[in-house]
Amino acid sequence: MAETVSRAEVEDLLYREAALLDEWRLEEWLGLLTDDAAYYVPPNDHPEGDHRTTLFILADDIVRIRERVKRLMSPECHAEYPHSRTRRLISNVRIVGRDGDLVTVAANFICNRFRRYERVREYAGAYRYILRRESGELRIKERRVIIDAHELGSLGAVSFIL
Amino acid sequence: MKHSYIIDDADKKRFLLDREALVSASVLQDEMAKVFAKCWIYVGHSSELKTANDFVTRKVVGRPVIFNRDMRGEFHCFLNTCRHRGAVVCTEPEGSRRSFRCVYHGWAYRNDGALGIIPGEEAYKGELDKSALGLKRPARFESYRDFWFLNLDAGAPDLRDYLGRATDYIDLVLDQSPSGKMEIVAGAQEYDISANWKLMVENSVDDYHLPSTHATWLNYMENSGVKIDRPTEGRVLPTKGLAVDLGNGHFTTDNINFRGRPVAAWIPIYGEAAKPEMEAIRRELVQRLGPERAKRVADTNRNLVVFPNLVINDGSSVTVRTFFPDGPAKMHVTAWALGPVEESEAARARRLDAFLTFYGPGGFATPDDVEALELVQQGLANWQDDRWTEMSRGMGREGDQLNSDEHHLRIFWRRWSQMMEAA
Repeated sequence: MAETVSRAEVEDLLYREAALLDEWRLEEWLGLLTDDAAYYVPPNDHPEGDHRTTLFILADDIVRIRERVKRLMSPECHAEYPHSRTRRLISNVRIVGRDGDLVTVAANFICNRFRRYERVREYAGAYRYILRRESGELRIKERRVIIDAHELGSLGAVSFIL
Repeated sequence: MKHSYIIDDADKKRFLLDREALVSASVLQDEMAKVFAKCWIYVGHSSELKTANDFVTRKVVGRPVIFNRDMRGEFHCFLNTCRHRGAVVCTEPEGSRRSFRCVYHGWAYRNDGALGIIPGEEAYKGELDKSALGLKRPARFESYRDFWFLNLDAGAPDLRDYLGRATDYIDLVLDQSPSGKMEIVAGAQEYDISANWKLMVENSVDDYHLPSTHATWLNYMENSGVKIDRPTEGRVLPTKGLAVDLGNGHFTTDNINFRGRPVAAWIPIYGEAAKPEMEAIRRELVQRLGPERAKRVADTNRNLVVFPNLVINDGSSVTVRTFFPDGPAKMHVTAWALGPVEESEAARARRLDAFLTFYGPGGFATPDDVEALELVQQGLANWQDDRWTEMSRGMGREGDQLNSDEHHLRIFWRRWSQMMEAA
């Protein structure tokens, strides 16, 4: 079944996700995820680490992803209220693996984030997705965000969905 | 140094801090000489260097250093600077090396610091004393139970004496491990905060801010099945907690836990499957330490500050955190997770997961702390017209000082002020 997934279809999904995230339509974004979805941001110094043995920046199962969205949409989420403005550019999208009903996708991204009147913070790196088709629609089973910077440093936090 | 930066009035029960202390470049210059160059400063943990020849490089008090073990396994700290013309001699963040070779002219040092090869040595006609040109070390370098510190002051007291009663609480953290050994887990969180470094000291132990700054974290805990009791008896927190003075500028909170701890205080986030193992961990604690001490380990939590800039948070997980100023309005933070060396794979995974519920740049709480500190720093641009920070909370209280009072913050500022006023 994974054989029927084309790069164009993957790109449509990724671009749609980017638009939802940039527009802070996070409830709708949750609709793109499977019920067993996971979201990982590995630490800068061990980008290939396993979250069970390595301290990540962020490692959410679907329950915590949903809680994270609740938090992010609350005015009491001080780090993101008012919301920062983000704009992400996604390119170099490749299907790099197919296994049963799963498709592994690699892509590059730049996400520019503006917070109040401070200078831009530019997050650059690679996305790794595992996608699955569910009732005809391509959904995100896992998204892993690998940040290129050697340390978060002046990027500060990953307080939004990167 | 002009006047004192604090007004400490025991009669009127007022404590005020001059905000210049948080914004001024000359204050920073002073504190580099009078605080950072006099105190024991955390460098790293033995567990980061598993075997002989292992090294890590990092910046400590703005200085690039090599923290390593030599061929015999001895621990060292070297200034990461070539004795010839000054270049950094080790450019890798971590690894295993028997020698460090400067890329500029090829001077090479053994990993015990001794200068080995100098290309074209004959040009010096035998007049260069190579034995005096080994890698430089900080004046002092000592450890307490695998925590290594440097001191830039040769005349400083021994580390053990400096730490004083802070060791009671370090020991309490380490009692989580049956062997008394804990290790730094792979994966460092390194990030900047646009705020004065001393605001992080305050924030690390200030439990007064928890309900307002971390409302969304409390919601997350409640949504996850953690019972958050309404505060009673004038408290702002669900359970009672104390602020404890440990002497020499060190202090800690000491709280009855309500939030779950990977060491034996189960909450639903850990999952039903974790229960038997966590019960077994608790049984081991009771057997080894007795019921009272076991309860201290499992059912209390603490945020410990070793003056001036080492924090051990033993709360939702254990984090070792240090931070250095990078200008008066910016700091660089490094945080690690600490876990018992003999922990099972499942327990380690649980510990790391619990860490992320609260701590770190992607946690449910830390980003809001960062926001709060940055808002303070932004507000402090008004310091000349609104000069004094109010820090009197709890001064009128008889008996125990609560974790939500500002007793422990005052301990820091008194110590800091005393050092800054020294000649």
